[in-house]
Amino acid sequence: MNTVSQSTARYVADYDSIASQLPGSGLSWLQAMRTRALSQFSASGFPSPREEEWKYTNVAPIERKMFLPRRAIPGSVDIGLLGRYRLPDAFTLVFVDGGFDAGLSNFSGLPDGVVIAPLSEALGRFPELVRSRLGGCIESEPHGFISFNTAMFSDGVLVVLPARTVLERPIQLLHVATQPESLCTVRHLIVAENSAKGEIVESFVGQEDLSYLTASVCEVDIGENAAVTLHKFQAETAKAFHFGGIYVKQAQHGRFEHHNCSFGGLLVRSEIHVGLDQASECLLNGLFLGSGRQHVDNHTRVDHFKPYGISREVYKGILDERARGVFQGRMIVHQDAQKTDSNMTNRNLLLSVDAEIDTKPQLEIYADDVKCGHGVTVGQLEEELVFYLRSRGIDEPSARNMLTFAFANEMVEKIEYESLRSLVLEELISRLPQASAIKEWL
Amino acid sequence: MLRIENLHVSVEGKPILKGIDLNVKAGEVHAIMGPNGSGKSTLAHVLAGRPGYEVTAGRVWYQGKDLLAMAPEERAREGLFLAFQYPVEIPGVSNIYLLKAALNAIRKHHGLNELDAMDFLATVKDKTRLLDMDEQFLYRAVNEGFSGGEKKRNEILQMAVLEPKLAILDETDSGLDIDALKIVAQGINALRSEKRAFILVTHYQRLLNYIKPDRVHVLAHGSIAKSGDAGLALELEKQGYGWVEQLADAGA
Repeated sequence: MNTVSQSTARYVADYDSIASQLPGSGLSWLQAMRTRALSQFSASGFPSPREEEWKYTNVAPIERKMFLPRRAIPGSVDIGLLGRYRLPDAFTLVFVDGGFDAGLSNFSGLPDGVVIAPLSEALGRFPELVRSRLGGCIESEPHGFISFNTAMFSDGVLVVLPARTVLERPIQLLHVATQPESLCTVRHLIVAENSAKGEIVESFVGQEDLSYLTASVCEVDIGENAAVTLHKFQAETAKAFHFGGIYVKQAQHGRFEHHNCSFGGLLVRSEIHVGLDQASECLLNGLFLGSGRQHVDNHTRVDHFKPYGISREVYKGILDERARGVFQGRMIVHQDAQKTDSNMTNRNLLLSVDAEIDTKPQLEIYADDVKCGHGVTVGQLEEELVFYLRSRGIDEPSARNMLTFAFANEMVEKIEYESLRSLVLEELISRLPQASAIKEWL
Repeated sequence: MLRIENLHVSVEGKPILKGIDLNVKAGEVHAIMGPNGSGKSTLAHVLAGRPGYEVTAGRVWYQGKDLLAMAPEERAREGLFLAFQYPVEIPGVSNIYLLKAALNAIRKHHGLNELDAMDFLATVKDKTRLLDMDEQFLYRAVNEGFSGGEKKRNEILQMAVLEPKLAILDETDSGLDIDALKIVAQGINALRSEKRAFILVTHYQRLLNYIKPDRVHVLAHGSIAKSGDAGLALELEKQGYGWVEQLADAGA
């Protein structure tokens, strides 16, 4: 039994005073759900490194702080920052310190039948729909962050893509932290009905060098033959704490694609858990950068429940200075999942002797007729490549920077959505040494 | 252009080159031939400055400068080019990006302005046509997923764009079918000039059917066993390397 930290006890003690301000407080089913989650959180607290799935990440620094639920007076939003990270061609919903901001959002002109609504509003308009779906994509036993989010979520989005609808414009969920010690507990629910198709970008940014906690949960329900591409663009401040969990349920022939770009944050944990049905396909791409004393944890879990599923996963990390990275990739091929075709790769570049990576690919295979592979590399740049570039007249530091950039750029190039790709590229370049030189070469 | 004097090179403590003397003048084409393990590739790599090769004795003069004292990038900027036998794949770096970075590094070294983007592209596209390459090649990652022949052609494309003074081609002919060989040879011949010298490192004589060398040197056991004109390559083709190895043994 964990000894629950002081902050956990305080979140629980203070809960009554904020409960009435949370969205859907008039809905008894939701209240019951939140109360249940709160008591789970009260018992467990935030996850501890004693738990196998949290072995390499100690969230004690989060427990030592007390983050505050959304305040009555919103902080002032840095419009310049928002402008830099806003995707010009997307339907955009802006969440300021975890609350939906209608004035900064723009998603007018939706095609018929498509629902994009802040969860606070959706709970009034579509309570039954939310009720039937909320929490439905989370397969595993919810840990502290999930319970915390369920108890505390301050808003989020409901997206419903009706059957056979293709949403041409992507949706951007742009989260910005504007106040110190703020809490961004958003809960997103994305439903793609049979044969629907859509693309969503979750962006997380913070102002100045604020310290705050993002604890977001995003559920994605993919119908038969439907396709969802989800991106995560994480550029939190250097003092921010970030938990972002994505839980995906795929029906037969469904297709899910995720691109996870993790740049900022002091202590970061990303979870992407995907459950596949018969002949569904999932593609997980990840790029994470760490420097200073950043800690970046990527936890992925792919469950092949039924036959003929395909999954492809590539995660790449670049760690500099004293940064620490984690890649935990679980791939579970259940007994029924014959003819599964899965592959997982994690490659890491350590740019300093003090940088560290813990990488743990886990294949658990209970079916006998499957094709599963995995590979991990940890190391420095290949000297062979450095010499090749030098032999073309490029000096050694530039050659190393070019190769480091290339290592990351390979992941960026997998992003098909053009304005997002340029944004990611810009962010990547700004965070690499010799950024200006890389810009010159491009 | 290039003068090698009594060059001795060891790799991991093992002597590979045991006293090479070679004099290459501007405008000349030299072929360095020899059996596997004779030290041909070592010579090419030492000249380009690859780390891990220890020069235990001898000097190399390039355009009057001490070549061995120069960093690999400096050699390249001074006009030395090595076409690799096994060109590396660099995912994430496009060909056009590499060409631009390399050409600008060289131009900067010579106090020249960066090339205008449009002019650069026009020049590069001209060269791709010369080598019968699809322009789309330029936007692909360097050598990634290229066939052996495509990689070799890409090396020649780089050479054509960078316009070196001394080009060293390390077994550029190996692994090429006859059509690819002709295209590569044509690309090399198009670059031949009075101001430019070539060193062709090759195992077989067939490349020399398309590029006529001024001098042929046969390497055996780390030293030049025999030098001659283009006729020597034909002689070798007939007699085989056993013949020169015997000569080398007799000399040693």
